[in-house]
Amino acid sequence: MSEAVADAVLPAIDVPPRKRFSIGRYASYLQALPLAVILGMFLVLPILTIVMVSFWDYDSVQIYPDFILLNYEETLGSWVTWQTYLNTLRYTAIVWALTLVIGFWIAYFLAFHVRTATMQMVLFLICTVPFLTSNIIRMISWIPFLGRNGLINQSLMNMGLVDRPLEFLLFSDFAVVLAMVHLYSLFMVTPIFNTLMRIDRSLIEAARDAGANSWQILTNVIIPLAKPGIAIGSIFVVTLCMGDFITVRFMSGGQSASVGLMIANQISVLQYPAAAANAVILLAVVLLMVACILRVVNIRKEL
Amino acid sequence: MNTERRGLGFWVLAAFFTLFVLFLYGPLTTIFILSFQGPDGGLTFPMNGVSLRWFQNLFETQAVGDFGGSFLRSLMLGLMVMATTIVVALLAGMAFRRPFWGAGPLFYTAIASLIVPSILVSLGIGLLFQVVGVRSAWYSSAFGAHLTWALPFGLLIMFAVFNRFNPSYEEAARDLGATPWQSFRHVLLPLILPSLIGVGLFGFTLSYDEFARTLMTAGSFNTLPLEIYGMTTNVTTPVLYALGTVTTGFSLLIILLSLLGIYISQRAARRRARA
Repeated sequence: MSEAVADAVLPAIDVPPRKRFSIGRYASYLQALPLAVILGMFLVLPILTIVMVSFWDYDSVQIYPDFILLNYEETLGSWVTWQTYLNTLRYTAIVWALTLVIGFWIAYFLAFHVRTATMQMVLFLICTVPFLTSNIIRMISWIPFLGRNGLINQSLMNMGLVDRPLEFLLFSDFAVVLAMVHLYSLFMVTPIFNTLMRIDRSLIEAARDAGANSWQILTNVIIPLAKPGIAIGSIFVVTLCMGDFITVRFMSGGQSASVGLMIANQISVLQYPAAAANAVILLAVVLLMVACILRVVNIRKEL
Repeated sequence: MNTERRGLGFWVLAAFFTLFVLFLYGPLTTIFILSFQGPDGGLTFPMNGVSLRWFQNLFETQAVGDFGGSFLRSLMLGLMVMATTIVVALLAGMAFRRPFWGAGPLFYTAIASLIVPSILVSLGIGLLFQVVGVRSAWYSSAFGAHLTWALPFGLLIMFAVFNRFNPSYEEAARDLGATPWQSFRHVLLPLILPSLIGVGLFGFTLSYDEFARTLMTAGSFNTLPLEIYGMTTNVTTPVLYALGTVTTGFSLLIILLSLLGIYISQRAARRRARA
């Protein structure tokens, strides 16, 4: 949104940036200080606290400063943990694949088929608005569709396709994946749309002049140039899915597990050190996945 | 490309896009309709008459918990996050226009803030407050938790803005004898105002709708998303949908006002640039 705004505001004159004068040497530090302080207090310190508490001891009442590895041993030694990770990875893989396909084609349509900038802006805003509303309410809003007496079951029964309501629609893995795609697909659309808009259209003309058909242009020109956007979108979707607990809890009706949900459950029974050890492992896995994505695609140009 | 006739690809993708928009808006539309369910109606179709019963129900405190209080808390918190995000992201965005020592690590920390799962931020801040011995509250711990999500988004928007910002405006101001403050106040600020409104919109809505980061950090009083989540487990009447309609309507109003603000400030900036 901001980029289109900036484009509209600023005429395209290219002037090489010149060094500023008369600004104190420390201006940058003063300007960056609030951000550094806030991130230090509410991101870095809390994560260090989690790491610290993951070595603490606890009983049913309290947590005690200590240095034990028991929390990690219990987490990694439990079969449930591995199964939960497997289940979370399964959700993540399915949702990632679906949002990638949906996100790419939506972005492609907006970038290459919509002809005026105004229309592009309007259609993009239409896609954006639901993402600025509450996730919880967007999950609740599936109940009238998927419920036992919901719209889908009613119409299937009216059409005579099934004689009993389908039970797998709400409170199932299907519902979890559907809601996650619903909630997270914009995180894929936006970065891909952004990279597609930056592709120099003369490259596509050149490919066409050289005799490439649409499919070849797509696979040899557009997709390679869209990779940074795909990578950024993938990082968003993968990290959101890996850490999700509320969608899994609500849409599966408590029947499925995810790592985030496991941590949330440990928190609710006040097993903070166990939750902390679990969280440290989750963070390591997520960072590893992000590192893998960054190894495949170099996104530095985009930043 | 613009002179070509629409091919088959266009129509297939246009149909796909339409389906996607239906997918996005369909569920929201149904709960909007169902919130006007008649007094005896249930959570699904058919409609059992039409009434405002569930909206009235919403304002009877005993029926749905503390809707008014949690709404006011979420509103205040959203405004606090919005103001902080605008100021801090603008300052940091300006800082990053020049190289400075530590710019790299600070940037990567901001990006990490987006990647770290929300439940970790929630747990970490909750534990930190507990270890230090400070009581969690929506205006302290939850405020900080929301900033870890809203600030990096604001910063990324500011990057995009300053990447495209033409420094010759500021140079012209300087050449005409403007002080740094005057050049900021009368040149830079009006030109980037539309984007700042966008940053504010993100700050507000990300906070207003945030659930996971609030879970362990809200203290003894719920914010609106926590209150709504609590309701999903024990409320089985369409009052749930009425609540969804009211809060979504409020979000839409904020978005609309922001877009209007962006449009107006953009026109003003364009006039200024021409003058």
